Amino acid sequence: MAARYDRAITVFSPDGHLFQVEYAQEAVKKGSTAVGIRGKDIVVLGVVKKSVAKLQEERTVRKICALDDHVCMVFAGLTADARIVINRARVECQSHRLTVEDPVTVEYITRHIATLKQRYTQSNGRRPFGISALIVGFDCDGTPRLYQTDPSGTYHAWKANAIGRSAKTVREFLEKNYTEESIATDNESIKLAIKALLEVVQSGGKNIELAVIRRNQSLKLLESKEIETLVTEIEKEKEEEAEKKKQKKST
Amino acid sequence: MALASVLQSESVDFSNYGRQRHGFASGLYEAELGLESVGGDRLSFALSTSCSNEDGPDRKIEFLHGTTTLAFKFQHGVIVAVDSRATAGSYIASQTVKKVIEINPYLLGTMAGGAADCSFWERLLARQCRVYELRNKERISVAAASKLLANMVYQYKGMGLSMGTMVCGWDKTGPGLYYVDSEGNRVCGDLFAVGSGSMYAYGIVDSGLKQKDLTVEEACDLGRRAIYQATYRDAYSGGQVNLYHVHSEGWTRVSQSDVLMLHQQYQAEKA
Repeated sequence: MAARYDRAITVFSPDGHLFQVEYAQEAVKKGSTAVGIRGKDIVVLGVVKKSVAKLQEERTVRKICALDDHVCMVFAGLTADARIVINRARVECQSHRLTVEDPVTVEYITRHIATLKQRYTQSNGRRPFGISALIVGFDCDGTPRLYQTDPSGTYHAWKANAIGRSAKTVREFLEKNYTEESIATDNESIKLAIKALLEVVQSGGKNIELAVIRRNQSLKLLESKEIETLVTEIEKEKEEEAEKKKQKKST
Repeated sequence: MALASVLQSESVDFSNYGRQRHGFASGLYEAELGLESVGGDRLSFALSTSCSNEDGPDRKIEFLHGTTTLAFKFQHGVIVAVDSRATAGSYIASQTVKKVIEINPYLLGTMAGGAADCSFWERLLARQCRVYELRNKERISVAAASKLLANMVYQYKGMGLSMGTMVCGWDKTGPGLYYVDSEGNRVCGDLFAVGSGSMYAYGIVDSGLKQKDLTVEEACDLGRRAIYQATYRDAYSGGQVNLYHVHSEGWTRVSQSDVLMLHQQYQAEKA
Protein backbone atom coordinates (compact mmCIF):
# COMPACT_ATOMS: atom_id res chain seq x y z
CA MET A 1 0.00 0.00 0.00
CA ALA A 2 2.79 2.38 0.92
CA ALA A 3 4.53 1.57 -2.35
CA ARG A 4 1.80 3.44 -4.24
CA TYR A 5 2.72 6.75 -2.62
CA ASP A 6 6.40 6.38 -3.38
CA ARG A 7 5.85 7.06 -7.01
CA ALA A 8 6.05 10.60 -8.23
CA ILE A 9 2.63 11.96 -9.01
CA THR A 10 4.05 14.23 -11.66
CA VAL A 11 5.36 11.89 -14.33
CA PHE A 12 6.07 12.53 -17.98
CA SER A 13 3.49 11.57 -20.56
CA PRO A 14 4.64 9.82 -23.74
CA ASP A 15 4.62 13.07 -25.67
CA GLY A 16 6.62 14.98 -23.08
CA HIS A 17 3.90 16.73 -21.05
CA LEU A 18 3.70 16.95 -17.30
CA PHE A 19 -0.03 16.58 -17.02
CA GLN A 20 -0.22 17.33 -13.32
CA VAL A 21 1.45 20.65 -13.93
CA GLU A 22 -0.91 21.42 -16.78
CA TYR A 23 -3.90 20.49 -14.66
CA ALA A 24 -2.53 22.78 -11.97
CA GLN A 25 -2.45 25.57 -14.55
CA GLU A 26 -6.12 24.81 -15.24
CA ALA A 27 -6.82 25.22 -11.54
CA VAL A 28 -5.15 28.62 -11.73
CA LYS A 29 -7.45 29.63 -14.57
CA LYS A 30 -10.40 29.07 -12.25
CA GLY A 31 -9.14 31.60 -9.72
CA SER A 32 -10.26 35.23 -9.66
CA THR A 33 -8.42 37.64 -11.90
CA ALA A 34 -5.42 39.52 -10.62
CA VAL A 35 -3.41 42.20 -12.38
CA GLY A 36 0.01 43.69 -11.73
CA ILE A 37 1.48 46.84 -13.22
CA ARG A 38 5.01 48.17 -12.97
CA GLY A 39 5.06 51.95 -13.06
CA LYS A 40 8.02 54.29 -12.77
CA ASP A 41 7.87 55.00 -9.05
CA ILE A 42 5.03 52.73 -8.09
CA VAL A 43 3.94 49.12 -8.49
CA VAL A 44 0.24 48.29 -8.46
CA LEU A 45 -1.57 45.06 -7.72
CA GLY A 46 -5.29 44.63 -8.32
CA VAL A 47 -7.62 41.72 -7.65
CA VAL A 48 -11.24 40.97 -8.37
CA LYS A 49 -12.82 40.38 -5.00
CA LYS A 50 -14.81 37.22 -4.64
CA SER A 51 -18.28 38.13 -3.39
CA VAL A 52 -18.51 37.11 0.25
CA ALA A 53 -21.46 35.38 1.79
CA LYS A 54 -23.77 37.49 3.94
CA LEU A 55 -22.52 36.19 7.28
CA GLN A 56 -18.85 36.05 6.27
CA GLU A 57 -16.41 38.63 7.60
CA GLU A 58 -14.95 40.34 4.61
CA ARG A 59 -11.53 41.06 6.02
CA THR A 60 -10.43 37.45 6.37
CA VAL A 61 -10.30 36.95 2.62
CA ARG A 62 -7.19 38.84 1.53
CA LYS A 63 -5.49 37.91 -1.67
CA ILE A 64 -2.83 40.61 -1.65
CA CYS A 65 -0.13 39.78 0.89
CA ALA A 66 3.05 41.52 1.97
CA LEU A 67 6.14 39.31 1.96
CA ASP A 68 8.37 42.02 3.45
CA ASP A 69 8.35 45.81 3.72
CA HIS A 70 9.26 46.26 0.09
CA VAL A 71 7.79 43.17 -1.63
CA CYS A 72 4.27 41.90 -1.94
CA MET A 73 2.41 39.34 -4.01
CA VAL A 74 -1.01 38.40 -5.27
CA PHE A 75 -2.02 34.92 -6.38
CA ALA A 76 -4.63 33.14 -8.44
CA GLY A 77 -5.66 29.57 -7.77
CA LEU A 78 -5.96 27.42 -4.66
CA THR A 79 -6.02 29.68 -1.60
CA ALA A 80 -4.77 26.96 0.72
CA ASP A 81 -1.72 26.29 -1.43
CA ALA A 82 -1.04 30.01 -1.57
CA ARG A 83 -1.00 30.25 2.20
CA ILE A 84 1.85 27.73 2.36
CA VAL A 85 3.87 29.42 -0.34
CA ILE A 86 3.38 32.84 1.26
CA ASN A 87 4.49 31.55 4.65
CA ARG A 88 7.66 30.03 3.21
CA ALA A 89 8.41 33.19 1.28
CA ARG A 90 7.96 35.37 4.35
CA VAL A 91 10.35 33.19 6.35
CA GLU A 92 12.88 33.26 3.53
CA CYS A 93 12.75 37.06 3.39
CA GLN A 94 13.74 37.22 7.05
CA SER A 95 16.36 34.47 6.75
CA HIS A 96 17.96 36.38 3.93
CA ARG A 97 18.04 39.53 6.06
CA LEU A 98 19.72 37.50 8.80
CA THR A 99 22.42 35.77 6.77
CA VAL A 100 23.16 38.47 4.22
CA GLU A 101 22.25 41.58 6.27
CA ASP A 102 20.35 42.96 3.30
CA PRO A 103 16.68 42.85 2.27
CA VAL A 104 15.82 40.40 -0.51
CA THR A 105 15.70 41.55 -4.08
CA VAL A 106 12.39 40.87 -5.81
CA GLU A 107 14.19 38.54 -8.20
CA TYR A 108 15.68 36.53 -5.33
CA ILE A 109 12.41 35.88 -3.57
CA THR A 110 10.72 35.08 -6.88
CA ARG A 111 13.48 32.60 -7.62
CA HIS A 112 13.01 31.07 -4.19
CA ILE A 113 9.26 30.67 -4.71
CA ALA A 114 9.78 29.27 -8.19
CA THR A 115 12.37 26.77 -6.91
CA LEU A 116 9.93 25.71 -4.21
CA LYS A 117 7.22 25.16 -6.80
CA GLN A 118 9.55 23.20 -9.06
CA ARG A 119 10.57 20.96 -6.20
CA TYR A 120 6.96 19.92 -5.80
CA THR A 121 6.82 18.87 -9.44
CA GLN A 122 9.68 16.46 -8.87
CA SER A 123 8.99 14.94 -5.47
CA ASN A 124 7.56 11.68 -4.29
CA GLY A 125 3.89 11.63 -3.61
CA ARG A 126 3.39 15.37 -3.87
CA ARG A 127 1.31 17.35 -6.28
CA PRO A 128 2.33 20.73 -7.70
CA PHE A 129 1.11 23.96 -6.07
CA GLY A 130 -2.05 25.14 -7.79
CA ILE A 131 -1.24 28.83 -7.85
CA SER A 132 0.30 31.45 -10.06
CA ALA A 133 1.74 34.45 -8.32
CA LEU A 134 2.49 38.04 -9.28
CA ILE A 135 5.33 39.34 -7.14
CA VAL A 136 6.04 43.06 -7.10
CA GLY A 137 8.33 45.33 -5.22
CA PHE A 138 11.34 47.61 -5.26
CA ASP A 139 14.96 46.52 -5.04
CA CYS A 140 17.48 48.26 -2.76
CA ASP A 141 18.59 50.46 -5.63
CA GLY A 142 15.04 51.70 -6.19
CA THR A 143 14.18 49.79 -9.37
CA PRO A 144 10.57 48.60 -9.50
CA ARG A 145 10.06 44.96 -10.45
CA LEU A 146 7.17 42.68 -11.40
CA TYR A 147 7.57 38.91 -11.73
CA GLN A 148 5.13 36.13 -12.45
CA THR A 149 5.52 32.50 -11.36
CA ASP A 150 3.40 29.54 -12.37
CA PRO A 151 2.86 25.99 -11.09
CA SER A 152 5.66 24.56 -13.21
CA GLY A 153 8.22 26.65 -11.36
CA THR A 154 9.18 29.05 -14.13
CA TYR A 155 9.33 32.78 -13.56
CA HIS A 156 9.53 35.78 -15.84
CA ALA A 157 9.77 39.50 -15.44
CA TRP A 158 6.92 41.56 -16.84
CA LYS A 159 6.01 45.21 -17.30
CA ALA A 160 2.37 44.36 -16.69
CA ASN A 161 0.56 41.05 -16.46
CA ALA A 162 -2.63 39.35 -15.38
CA ILE A 163 -3.39 35.90 -13.99
CA GLY A 164 -6.55 33.98 -13.22
CA ARG A 165 -9.94 33.68 -14.80
CA SER A 166 -9.94 36.22 -17.63
CA ALA A 167 -6.23 36.73 -17.77
CA LYS A 168 -6.13 36.66 -21.55
CA THR A 169 -8.63 39.47 -21.96
CA VAL A 170 -6.90 41.61 -19.39
CA ARG A 171 -3.48 40.95 -20.88
CA GLU A 172 -4.69 41.96 -24.33
CA PHE A 173 -6.11 45.16 -22.86
CA LEU A 174 -2.77 45.86 -21.19
CA GLU A 175 -0.83 45.17 -24.37
CA LYS A 176 -2.90 47.82 -26.11
CA ASN A 177 -2.91 50.36 -23.33
CA TYR A 178 0.40 50.04 -21.49
CA THR A 179 2.40 52.97 -22.84
CA GLU A 180 4.98 55.31 -21.38
CA GLU A 181 2.24 57.93 -20.92
CA SER A 182 -0.15 55.57 -19.22
CA ILE A 183 2.35 54.94 -16.41
CA ALA A 184 3.75 58.47 -16.35
CA THR A 185 2.40 59.23 -12.89
CA ASP A 186 1.43 57.10 -9.92
CA ASN A 187 -2.22 57.98 -10.35
CA GLU A 188 -2.19 57.00 -13.99
CA SER A 189 -0.66 53.61 -13.17
CA ILE A 190 -3.36 52.93 -10.58
CA LYS A 191 -6.06 53.98 -13.05
CA LEU A 192 -4.60 51.66 -15.66
CA ALA A 193 -4.90 48.75 -13.24
CA ILE A 194 -8.51 49.63 -12.46
CA LYS A 195 -9.34 50.05 -16.13
CA ALA A 196 -7.86 46.64 -16.84
CA LEU A 197 -9.96 45.00 -14.15
CA LEU A 198 -13.12 46.87 -15.17
CA GLU A 199 -12.90 45.00 -18.45
CA VAL A 200 -13.74 41.76 -16.73
CA VAL A 201 -15.49 42.62 -13.51
CA GLN A 202 -19.25 42.92 -13.45
CA SER A 203 -20.36 45.38 -10.83
CA GLY A 204 -17.67 48.04 -11.03
CA GLY A 205 -15.50 49.39 -8.24
CA LYS A 206 -17.16 47.49 -5.43
CA ASN A 207 -15.53 44.23 -6.41
CA ILE A 208 -11.99 45.48 -6.90
CA GLU A 209 -9.25 45.31 -4.31
CA LEU A 210 -6.17 47.39 -4.98
CA ALA A 211 -2.76 47.71 -3.36
CA VAL A 212 0.28 49.80 -4.17
CA ILE A 213 3.90 49.98 -3.13
CA ARG A 214 5.74 53.24 -3.65
CA ARG A 215 9.51 53.49 -3.54
CA ASN A 216 10.78 53.34 0.09
CA GLN A 217 7.28 52.86 1.44
CA SER A 218 5.48 49.73 2.50
CA LEU A 219 2.42 48.10 1.03
CA LYS A 220 -0.71 50.22 1.09
CA LEU A 221 -4.18 48.84 0.48
CA LEU A 222 -6.50 51.35 -1.11
CA GLU A 223 -9.78 51.94 0.65
CA SER A 224 -13.00 51.31 -1.20
CA LYS A 225 -13.76 55.05 -1.12
CA GLU A 226 -10.54 55.83 -2.98
CA ILE A 227 -11.27 53.11 -5.52
CA GLU A 228 -14.77 54.49 -6.04
CA THR A 229 -13.38 57.96 -6.64
CA LEU A 230 -10.95 56.64 -9.20
CA VAL A 231 -13.65 54.58 -10.91
CA THR A 232 -15.85 57.66 -11.26
CA GLU A 233 -12.87 59.55 -12.69
CA ILE A 234 -12.30 56.80 -15.22
CA GLU A 235 -15.94 56.76 -16.23
CA LYS A 236 -15.93 60.52 -16.69
CA GLU A 237 -12.85 60.25 -18.89
CA LYS A 238 -14.54 57.56 -20.94
CA GLU A 239 -17.57 59.76 -21.46
CA GLU A 240 -15.42 62.67 -22.49
CA GLU A 241 -13.61 60.44 -24.99
CA ALA A 242 -16.94 59.26 -26.37
CA GLU A 243 -18.14 62.88 -26.65
CA LYS A 244 -15.01 63.90 -28.55
CA LYS A 245 -15.41 61.04 -30.98
CA LYS A 246 -19.03 61.99 -31.61
CA GLN A 247 -18.08 65.56 -32.31
CA LYS A 248 -15.34 64.49 -34.71
CA LYS A 249 -17.78 62.31 -36.57
CA SER A 250 -20.38 64.98 -36.87
CA THR A 251 -17.97 67.63 -38.21
CA MET B 1 52.06 12.06 28.21
CA ALA B 2 55.28 11.90 30.21
CA LEU B 3 56.52 15.10 28.60
CA ALA B 4 53.25 16.82 29.40
CA SER B 5 53.53 15.91 33.05
CA VAL B 6 57.02 17.43 33.20
CA LEU B 7 55.61 20.68 31.86
CA GLN B 8 52.66 22.48 33.47
CA SER B 9 50.79 19.74 35.21
CA GLU B 10 47.48 21.60 35.33
CA SER B 11 47.07 21.28 31.61
CA VAL B 12 47.41 17.52 31.85
CA ASP B 13 44.39 17.22 34.13
CA PHE B 14 42.33 19.42 31.93
CA SER B 15 43.31 17.71 28.73
CA ASN B 16 41.97 14.44 30.12
CA TYR B 17 38.86 16.27 31.19
CA GLY B 18 38.53 17.71 27.72
CA ARG B 19 38.83 14.38 26.01
CA GLN B 20 36.25 12.60 28.11
CA ARG B 21 33.54 15.16 27.61
CA HIS B 22 32.65 15.44 23.96
CA GLY B 23 31.35 18.93 23.65
CA PHE B 24 34.28 20.63 25.35
CA ALA B 25 36.94 22.53 23.49
CA SER B 26 40.31 20.92 23.52
CA GLY B 27 43.04 23.22 22.30
CA LEU B 28 41.29 26.49 23.00
CA TYR B 29 40.24 25.47 26.50
CA GLU B 30 43.80 24.95 27.54
CA ALA B 31 45.04 27.96 25.69
CA GLU B 32 42.63 30.08 27.67
CA LEU B 33 43.72 28.48 30.95
CA GLY B 34 47.37 29.34 31.17
CA LEU B 35 46.96 32.93 30.15
CA GLU B 36 46.13 35.29 32.97
CA SER B 37 48.90 37.43 31.63
CA VAL B 38 46.77 38.53 28.75
CA GLY B 39 43.87 40.63 29.99
CA GLY B 40 40.24 39.64 29.75
CA ASP B 41 40.33 40.73 26.15
CA ARG B 42 39.20 37.63 24.35
CA LEU B 43 39.56 39.24 20.98
CA SER B 44 43.33 39.40 21.31
CA PHE B 45 44.87 36.06 20.69
CA ALA B 46 46.89 34.60 23.51
CA LEU B 47 50.61 34.16 23.76
CA SER B 48 51.66 30.85 22.39
CA THR B 49 52.73 28.82 25.41
CA SER B 50 53.95 25.28 25.28
CA CYS B 51 50.73 23.92 26.77
CA SER B 52 48.79 24.88 23.69
CA ASN B 53 50.85 22.43 21.72
CA GLU B 54 50.80 19.66 24.31
CA ASP B 55 47.10 19.12 23.92
CA GLY B 56 47.35 15.39 23.71
CA PRO B 57 49.87 12.84 22.55
CA ASP B 58 48.86 13.12 18.89
CA ARG B 59 48.39 16.87 18.60
CA LYS B 60 51.26 18.62 16.89
CA ILE B 61 49.41 21.56 15.42
CA GLU B 62 51.25 24.83 15.05
CA PHE B 63 49.07 27.62 16.29
CA LEU B 64 49.71 31.05 14.87
CA HIS B 65 48.69 32.72 18.08
CA GLY B 66 52.13 34.19 17.95
CA THR B 67 51.53 36.66 15.20
CA THR B 68 50.59 40.21 14.44
CA THR B 69 47.93 40.97 11.89
CA LEU B 70 46.19 44.25 11.53
CA ALA B 71 43.66 45.95 9.30
CA PHE B 72 42.14 49.41 9.37
CA LYS B 73 39.69 51.40 7.29
CA PHE B 74 40.56 54.82 5.99
CA GLN B 75 39.30 57.26 3.42
CA HIS B 76 40.59 55.32 0.43
CA GLY B 77 39.75 51.80 1.51
CA VAL B 78 41.29 49.26 3.86
CA ILE B 79 44.93 48.61 4.69
CA VAL B 80 45.84 45.05 5.65
CA ALA B 81 49.29 44.40 7.14
CA VAL B 82 50.61 41.13 8.56
CA ASP B 83 53.88 39.63 9.72
CA SER B 84 55.14 36.28 8.49
CA ARG B 85 56.55 34.32 11.42
CA ALA B 86 55.30 30.95 12.59
CA THR B 87 56.45 29.63 15.97
CA ALA B 88 56.10 26.34 17.76
CA GLY B 89 56.87 27.23 21.34
CA SER B 90 60.16 29.10 21.20
CA TYR B 91 61.18 27.50 17.92
CA ILE B 92 60.74 29.68 14.87
CA ALA B 93 59.19 27.31 12.38
CA SER B 94 59.08 29.71 9.46
CA GLN B 95 59.77 33.33 8.60
CA THR B 96 57.88 33.32 5.34
CA VAL B 97 54.30 32.38 6.09
CA LYS B 98 51.55 33.91 3.98
CA LYS B 99 49.04 35.17 6.50
CA VAL B 100 46.78 36.95 4.07
CA ILE B 101 44.39 34.74 2.14
CA GLU B 102 43.06 36.06 -1.14
CA ILE B 103 39.43 34.97 -1.04
CA ASN B 104 38.60 36.63 -4.35
CA PRO B 105 39.78 39.71 -6.26
CA TYR B 106 37.97 42.06 -3.88
CA LEU B 107 37.97 40.17 -0.56
CA LEU B 108 40.90 39.39 1.72
CA GLY B 109 41.12 37.30 4.88
CA THR B 110 43.90 37.35 7.46
CA MET B 111 45.18 34.36 9.33
CA ALA B 112 45.68 34.01 13.08
CA GLY B 113 45.30 30.89 15.17
CA GLY B 114 45.48 27.55 13.40
CA ALA B 115 46.94 27.92 9.93
CA ALA B 116 45.05 24.92 8.61
CA ASP B 117 41.76 26.08 10.08
CA CYS B 118 42.14 29.56 8.65
CA SER B 119 43.14 28.56 5.16
CA PHE B 120 40.58 25.73 4.93
CA TRP B 121 37.58 27.75 6.06
CA GLU B 122 38.55 30.76 4.04
CA ARG B 123 38.90 28.67 0.90
CA LEU B 124 35.46 27.26 1.63
CA LEU B 125 34.26 30.82 2.03
CA ALA B 126 35.74 31.64 -1.38
CA ARG B 127 33.67 28.85 -2.89
CA GLN B 128 30.49 30.11 -1.23
CA CYS B 129 31.18 33.66 -2.38
CA ARG B 130 31.61 32.53 -5.96
CA VAL B 131 28.38 30.54 -5.89
CA TYR B 132 26.58 33.59 -4.49
CA GLU B 133 28.00 35.71 -7.30
CA LEU B 134 26.79 33.28 -9.94
CA ARG B 135 23.34 32.87 -8.45
CA ASN B 136 22.63 36.51 -7.76
CA LYS B 137 24.59 38.12 -10.59
CA GLU B 138 26.26 40.53 -8.23
CA ARG B 139 29.24 40.47 -5.90
CA ILE B 140 28.66 39.38 -2.33
CA SER B 141 28.87 42.11 0.29
CA VAL B 142 31.59 42.02 2.96
CA ALA B 143 28.90 41.78 5.63
CA ALA B 144 27.38 38.73 3.98
CA ALA B 145 30.74 37.04 3.37
CA SER B 146 31.78 37.49 6.99
CA LYS B 147 28.36 36.26 8.12
CA LEU B 148 28.73 33.12 6.01
CA LEU B 149 32.13 32.42 7.53
CA ALA B 150 30.92 33.09 11.06
CA ASN B 151 27.94 30.79 10.62
CA MET B 152 30.10 28.05 9.14
CA VAL B 153 32.53 27.97 12.06
CA TYR B 154 29.84 28.47 14.67
CA GLN B 155 28.60 24.99 13.91
CA TYR B 156 31.98 23.71 15.12
CA LYS B 157 32.06 25.84 18.22
CA GLY B 158 33.60 23.98 21.11
CA MET B 159 35.18 21.37 18.87
CA GLY B 160 38.65 22.84 18.87
CA LEU B 161 38.77 25.13 15.87
CA SER B 162 41.17 27.99 16.32
CA MET B 163 40.73 30.85 13.91
CA GLY B 164 40.85 34.61 14.26
CA THR B 165 40.45 36.32 10.96
CA MET B 166 39.64 39.72 9.58
CA VAL B 167 37.50 39.77 6.44
CA CYS B 168 38.35 42.89 4.48
CA GLY B 169 36.86 44.08 1.24
CA TRP B 170 35.11 46.72 -0.76
CA ASP B 171 31.44 46.40 -1.72
CA LYS B 172 28.72 48.74 -2.91
CA THR B 173 28.45 50.30 0.54
CA GLY B 174 32.16 51.15 0.54
CA PRO B 175 35.08 49.63 2.49
CA GLY B 176 34.18 46.75 4.80
CA LEU B 177 36.11 45.25 7.72
CA TYR B 178 34.86 42.46 9.96
CA TYR B 179 36.60 40.42 12.65
CA VAL B 180 35.43 36.79 12.78
CA ASP B 181 36.72 34.08 15.08
CA SER B 182 36.07 30.48 15.93
CA GLU B 183 34.39 31.47 19.20
CA GLY B 184 31.54 32.89 17.19
CA ASN B 185 32.50 36.54 17.48
CA ARG B 186 31.71 38.66 14.49
CA VAL B 187 32.31 42.37 14.87
CA CYS B 188 32.32 45.22 12.41
CA GLY B 189 34.94 47.87 13.00
CA ASP B 190 37.34 50.43 11.66
CA LEU B 191 40.50 48.97 13.15
CA PHE B 192 41.52 45.51 14.33
CA ALA B 193 44.81 43.96 15.38
CA VAL B 194 45.00 40.27 16.19
CA GLY B 195 47.77 38.21 17.73
CA SER B 196 50.45 38.34 20.39
CA GLY B 197 51.91 41.52 18.95
CA SER B 198 48.56 43.24 18.58
CA MET B 199 48.97 45.55 21.56
CA TYR B 200 52.14 47.07 20.14
CA ALA B 201 50.51 47.46 16.77
CA TYR B 202 47.44 49.16 18.27
CA GLY B 203 49.72 51.73 19.89
CA ILE B 204 51.22 52.78 16.58
CA VAL B 205 48.02 52.77 14.56
CA ASP B 206 45.99 54.57 17.22
CA SER B 207 48.44 57.44 17.35
CA GLY B 208 48.91 57.52 13.59
CA LEU B 209 45.19 57.57 12.81
CA LYS B 210 44.64 60.70 14.86
CA GLN B 211 45.37 62.85 11.88
CA LYS B 212 42.38 62.25 9.61
CA ASP B 213 42.45 62.07 5.82
CA LEU B 214 45.47 59.86 5.31
CA THR B 215 46.70 59.42 1.79
CA VAL B 216 47.27 55.93 0.49
CA GLU B 217 51.04 56.35 0.94
CA GLU B 218 50.66 57.50 4.54
CA ALA B 219 48.27 54.72 5.40
CA CYS B 220 50.57 52.07 3.95
CA ASP B 221 53.46 53.54 5.89
CA LEU B 222 51.41 53.46 9.06
CA GLY B 223 50.47 49.82 8.60
CA ARG B 224 54.05 48.85 7.82
CA ARG B 225 55.35 50.73 10.80
CA ALA B 226 52.83 49.20 13.16
CA ILE B 227 53.78 45.67 12.17
CA TYR B 228 57.45 46.54 12.38
CA GLN B 229 57.05 47.89 15.92
CA ALA B 230 55.18 44.78 16.93
CA THR B 231 57.92 42.53 15.55
CA TYR B 232 60.47 44.68 17.35
CA ARG B 233 58.97 43.97 20.76
CA ASP B 234 57.12 40.69 20.32
CA ALA B 235 59.27 37.60 20.09
CA TYR B 236 56.59 35.65 18.28
CA SER B 237 56.23 38.07 15.39
CA GLY B 238 58.78 38.79 12.71
CA GLY B 239 59.92 37.90 9.23
CA GLN B 240 58.42 40.19 6.60
CA VAL B 241 55.64 42.72 6.56
CA ASN B 242 53.10 41.90 3.85
CA LEU B 243 50.99 44.90 3.01
CA TYR B 244 47.75 44.96 1.00
CA HIS B 245 45.48 47.82 0.05
CA VAL B 246 41.78 47.18 -0.65
CA HIS B 247 40.13 49.81 -2.81
CA SER B 248 37.10 50.17 -5.03
CA GLU B 249 38.65 48.12 -7.84
CA GLY B 250 39.67 45.26 -5.53
CA TRP B 251 42.84 44.58 -3.59
CA THR B 252 46.46 45.27 -4.53
CA ARG B 253 49.56 43.80 -2.97
CA VAL B 254 51.47 46.90 -2.04
CA SER B 255 54.72 45.58 -0.63
CA GLN B 256 56.62 42.86 1.12
CA SER B 257 59.35 44.30 3.35
CA ASP B 258 61.80 42.40 5.47
CA VAL B 259 61.61 43.60 9.06
CA LEU B 260 65.38 43.87 9.40
CA MET B 261 65.52 46.14 6.34
CA LEU B 262 62.78 48.29 7.83
CA HIS B 263 64.73 48.46 11.06
CA GLN B 264 67.77 49.85 9.30
CA GLN B 265 65.60 52.25 7.33
CA TYR B 266 63.87 53.63 10.41
CA GLN B 267 67.13 53.88 12.32
CA ALA B 268 68.63 55.89 9.49
CA GLU B 269 65.61 58.19 9.51
CA LYS B 270 66.03 58.80 13.21
CA ALA B 271 69.60 59.88 12.79
